[in-house]
Amino acid sequence: MFPNPQLQSAPASPEALAAPQVSGAVVLLQGLVAEGVDTVFGYPGGAIIPIYDALYDFQEQLNHVLVRHEQGGIHAAQGYARASGRVGVVFATSGPGATNLVTGLADAQIDSTPLVCITGQVFAHLLGTDAFQETDILNITTPVTKWNHQITDARDIPAALAKAFYIARSGRPGPVLLDITKNAQLQLFEHAGHEPCTHIRSYRPRPMVRPEYVQRAAELINQAQRPLVLWGQGVLLGQAEAEFREFIEKSGIPAAWTILGAGALPTGHPLNVGMLGMHGNYGPNVLTNECDVLVAIGMRFDDRVTGRLDKYARQAQVIHLDIDPTEIDKNVVATVPVWGDCKETLPLLTQLVAARQHPEWRQRFRDHDAEEVAAVIQDELFPTQDELTMGEVIHQLNELTQGEAIIVTDVGQHQMVACRYARLNHPRLSITSGGLGTMGFALPAAIGAKYGAPHRTVVAVIGDGGIQMTIQELGTIMQTGIEVKILLLNNQFLGMVRQWQELFHERRYSCVEIASPDYVTVASGYGIAARRVEHRPDLQPALRQLLDHPGSFLLEVRVTRENNIFPMVPQGCGVGEIRLR
Amino acid sequence: MTRQEYNITAYTENQVGLLNRLAIIFSRRKINIESLNTSPSEIEGIHRFNIVVHESEEVVRKIARQMEKQVEVLKVYFNPNEEVIWQEMALYKVPTDIIAERALVERLLREHGARVVLIRKDYTVFETTGHREETDKLLAVLHPYGLIEFVRSARIAIIKTSQGFHHKLREFERQQPGEEVSENQFLDRRDKVFSM
Repeated sequence: MFPNPQLQSAPASPEALAAPQVSGAVVLLQGLVAEGVDTVFGYPGGAIIPIYDALYDFQEQLNHVLVRHEQGGIHAAQGYARASGRVGVVFATSGPGATNLVTGLADAQIDSTPLVCITGQVFAHLLGTDAFQETDILNITTPVTKWNHQITDARDIPAALAKAFYIARSGRPGPVLLDITKNAQLQLFEHAGHEPCTHIRSYRPRPMVRPEYVQRAAELINQAQRPLVLWGQGVLLGQAEAEFREFIEKSGIPAAWTILGAGALPTGHPLNVGMLGMHGNYGPNVLTNECDVLVAIGMRFDDRVTGRLDKYARQAQVIHLDIDPTEIDKNVVATVPVWGDCKETLPLLTQLVAARQHPEWRQRFRDHDAEEVAAVIQDELFPTQDELTMGEVIHQLNELTQGEAIIVTDVGQHQMVACRYARLNHPRLSITSGGLGTMGFALPAAIGAKYGAPHRTVVAVIGDGGIQMTIQELGTIMQTGIEVKILLLNNQFLGMVRQWQELFHERRYSCVEIASPDYVTVASGYGIAARRVEHRPDLQPALRQLLDHPGSFLLEVRVTRENNIFPMVPQGCGVGEIRLR
Repeated sequence: MTRQEYNITAYTENQVGLLNRLAIIFSRRKINIESLNTSPSEIEGIHRFNIVVHESEEVVRKIARQMEKQVEVLKVYFNPNEEVIWQEMALYKVPTDIIAERALVERLLREHGARVVLIRKDYTVFETTGHREETDKLLAVLHPYGLIEFVRSARIAIIKTSQGFHHKLREFERQQPGEEVSENQFLDRRDKVFSM
């Protein structure tokens, strides 16, 4: 099948020669198909050529999206996974191809995104010789993968691939990397067929729920006068949105979200009291320090959520529902740990909690909300100044999408604005780089999201800094014809760093003024329709054009240069010290 | 929290790269590994790591949990010194002519429970096994006699109260053959690693 002299590195026995044989590369692709993969994001290169050669015969089953940079490939796979709930798959070659995946792996690791990355590697006999495009990708990626493994013998491919998918998607999901030497890709062997992995003796991703802990949690909740729920991405990863909603609606507890949890409960739900954290809403931050019982569900008390830990919810009894035992007591000590999959634990808890309304307590959130509207939101969404604000752009976008579109955001000021104000009617509509804060994430992730949820409108909200980090993925859009609505909010600054320099470094603006190309011209060079607006009367028609245009569209909106994101919990302060201005 | 020596015992699959995966859990937190030993365990095919760190209990607990979270790690325990039986071995190379001249060496070796591994014309190698202070004491004694080389092994430790892991592993397999569910009896022992 592969008339390659180097194949002789793995001599087959005479019996095996008589049987039908397939290459490691073909077996790998068969395995991907068997695992339900339909889309692969990748970039070919020398050490992965056999897999790309085999792919030639798999074009019916596997749609390969040729990206412009491996980082774009892995972010696209992340977008795909986050939008679809399935495992994202990436191909990259050895050496620089593999090292270009590292940022995406770190991002996926900290945001618990299920990925299987396949990297080519030099021939096994060249390992450790500093061969061309050889790099020790296993050791490089160990801290940023849930699991990684190198394959030097094709016969190990089926089991390793099945294990990779099982590990990536089970328990707390995460990225997995399989490094396959070129000889293993080429090697012919007799393949018995793909068998999915359902058990690894050293890995137990589904904890058995202990009912007495659920019982204790319910007792605490039922005694509470001012309970507050904080939910994170665990609700989405556990596909427990319905169970979560039932719990919230029965218990009547106001619920606030981390940015990765956004959308598990619709933003318009009466018990959804808003976003947590440094630039989250006023009420949930302040009242975290006044609640008596804090119910954390599938969230990890990141420092951007908690602010200073010794000033965080010291008065509260904490109930922590999480599937990952290392999260329990990691940052905030739990009074009652409910270790398990929230898909299982939430219904048990719902059964035991009393149906309540907490009218006075919920009024406190509305009061704080009114304060925030007066101090921040009104001016942000309905500005009286001439210049456009990021907030009004997102607000106008909401009016058109009605909360039905996927909003992919990059990192920085526009991200905070988009996450604060985007209307989300369903789960998996908000995709952002949360834990790692990876600029350049949004454009490729939006491409992947569209493949993962083709029936949805996908809007990539990006700043002028972030888009220039991965702008080459416009080429992927051009070549594939995938439909991505790019909403570029251009303030001609690296805005978040500028804000910190303004607030905490005496306005010493160090290296934050960033020049931009003419984006309309750049987009048109890629055959993508584009438009720039800077005046209020043009905004709504332009947003309509962005959404209605058949195919991809880039809309650049020139916004106020020096706008600050508020509220803000300054670094080193407690959540109670949140500033409205 | 007070820092003291902790003995971390990890049962793992025998997998290339696992040592690095475990070591970076320490280095990422800027924690020095005082001693690291890998060996077979009482169960065929399962490896045992003995790691010694000087840290607070809270830090060690979090590290142990992070270790156990790794896919190829079956179980992690951590214990202060008083909860384990532990030993280290040391080798001492001294010039034979000096050693032979002094009759007191015989006595010193007897006192320190040392034995002679090799005698050559030019040098002699002694070995002793015990706690850190014991191997250190012999080191101090031999120094004046022109010590040529000294090496001490990693620590190996056995947990005093342990019933062994074999039984526990069999129990896992019996309760959940082929199932991806784990017990969590240690949720009651929040001061320990409770995930298995």
